[in-house]
Amino acid sequence: MATIWRFGADVNTDQIVPGRYAPYMTSEAELPTFAFIEARPEFAKTMQRGDLIVAGRNFGCGSSREYAPLALKLLGVGAIIAPSFARIFFRNALNLGIPLFEADLTHLADGATATLDRATGIVTSGGETITLPPPAAWIREVWEAGGIVPYFRTHGHFPGQAGN
Amino acid sequence: MAQTLAEQILSHAAGYSVQAEDVITASVDLVMAHDSISPSIIKVLREELQAPRVWDPERVALVVDHVAPASSIQTAEAQARLRRFAREEGIGHLFDVGRGISHQVLIEERLARPGMLIVGSDSHSTAYGAVGAFGTGMGTTDIALALATGQTWLRVPETVRIRATGRLQPGVGAKDLGLYVARMLRADGATYRSVEWHGVDFLSIGDRMTLATLSIEVGGKAGLIPPTGPAAADLDVPNWLRVEEGAHYEQTLDVDLALLTPQIAMPSYVDNVADLADVGRVAVDVVYLGTCTNGRHEDMATAARILRGRRLAPGVRMLVVPASSQALELAIADGTLTTLLQAGATIGTPGCGACIGRHMGVLAPGEVCLFTGNRNFRGRMGSPESQIYLGSPAVAAATAVTGYITDPRELEAVDEAEALFA
Ligand code: SF4
Repeated sequence: MATIWRFGADVNTDQIVPGRYAPYMTSEAELPTFAFIEARPEFAKTMQRGDLIVAGRNFGCGSSREYAPLALKLLGVGAIIAPSFARIFFRNALNLGIPLFEADLTHLADGATATLDRATGIVTSGGETITLPPPAAWIREVWEAGGIVPYFRTHGHFPGQAGN
Repeated sequence: MAQTLAEQILSHAAGYSVQAEDVITASVDLVMAHDSISPSIIKVLREELQAPRVWDPERVALVVDHVAPASSIQTAEAQARLRRFAREEGIGHLFDVGRGISHQVLIEERLARPGMLIVGSDSHSTAYGAVGAFGTGMGTTDIALALATGQTWLRVPETVRIRATGRLQPGVGAKDLGLYVARMLRADGATYRSVEWHGVDFLSIGDRMTLATLSIEVGGKAGLIPPTGPAAADLDVPNWLRVEEGAHYEQTLDVDLALLTPQIAMPSYVDNVADLADVGRVAVDVVYLGTCTNGRHEDMATAARILRGRRLAPGVRMLVVPASSQALELAIADGTLTTLLQAGATIGTPGCGACIGRHMGVLAPGEVCLFTGNRNFRGRMGSPESQIYLGSPAVAAATAVTGYITDPRELEAVDEAEALFA
């Protein structure tokens, strides 16, 4: 069972990891402990691997800092589900192999328990079963490879290029 | 078929005609990386990708701007590593401490040119749209891959067109237009889209950079200003790059510039924008003039015009951090700097300064800052208990004089009244 961590709309990368806590300024080993350090200090301390982030629209707006999604990956966030993602965050998370689903689950309560089957996109929570819209095939391929670097090393090209 | 500027540039970069929604692999013309992210880029390049060399050292620009000069042993060491990397790779375009903010420097050095596809390790890489280049920000892994291969993958964006008509009133500037567009489109109004700014041919390249950098604040993948008008006259524009009749715009926002008044983004979202007139009396502790959005010579000169013969309000600090050494030189040459110093301002090393709250003017809990930058997120410039309001350089200067957020036109009215009685 995973726990749902509910966030609002327009969560920005300065909230996910403030610039002052960048690996450049601190240390890479500590990075996961800085996730939401000011916006939601209990997050990094108490979340469990596989927990789900459920947020409002435009998740991850702001800076291009990849250490924001990296901190979430290192903590073991199971997936991020939001109606929409900011572009650079979407790319960075995809590149790191973090599953993102574009769906509005903001009716689910903070702290609720849930399960997510990443392969089918089926979420169950409190007796409710929701099927998340499947990502494009090439996006799934990148996740399955474990991110863009392993994808590139296996395929020798970028996604979308295969058929060209 | 008629294409948007984004489609034209990405067609060129892909080597075939592309249109919105295509997922393409494109050749990049220039890759920019700055000090803040370079340690992780070098690591991914060397360790994960095991790339022995960058694909083309001529088409790489490295800039030390985010913590310049270094604030700690750790940042100093990372910068030393970046210099070593530049030497190992034979990268000549290394712009070290004090040269300025990456985006400003690449445009001054004419490394960013019309029609190019430029990827940068910084979300405000949309800045290159000021000269008609498709500039876009990416993270560590994407930049490392671009350095290794000279290529990147992209989804060709749809375009949102801003169609401006009329002329700006005195005291109102490009920043007010940018903030007004954020107010109308909201922070995600152009997510995955290119923002094309029409009707701004009269603007300087610097003012165009203000609009191009603010394009990411509405989610834009790129922010393109057509490279036409007097300020673009000496740019080398490829003949295939021009606004085409019949290109498809997903959305058009019309703005009558003559009706625009000074705009303020209130804490803590860039799209939380109101007319300055409706903001009320907000006392400030700090006025910060700088960044890739508004730290150029013309921005300092605008502030100096208002500050000439005046002093900062008691208890107000004003930090001026020029966007580049060239901007600083110009400000010295024409007396702008002297005016700012005489008014009581403090000058920082050209670069990003306190824009991301790392050094050179970090805010204390409870402090309020009027900032000419582009983001007012909670904790961006220091304490999460500080508050950031975004405004234009003219508003910044007027605010520094009175100590509360002030419409520069009010001060000008005072000047005129004084002149009458002189
Ligand atoms: S000035 Fe601020 S917004 Fe611009 S590149 Fe530097 S840190 Fe980023």
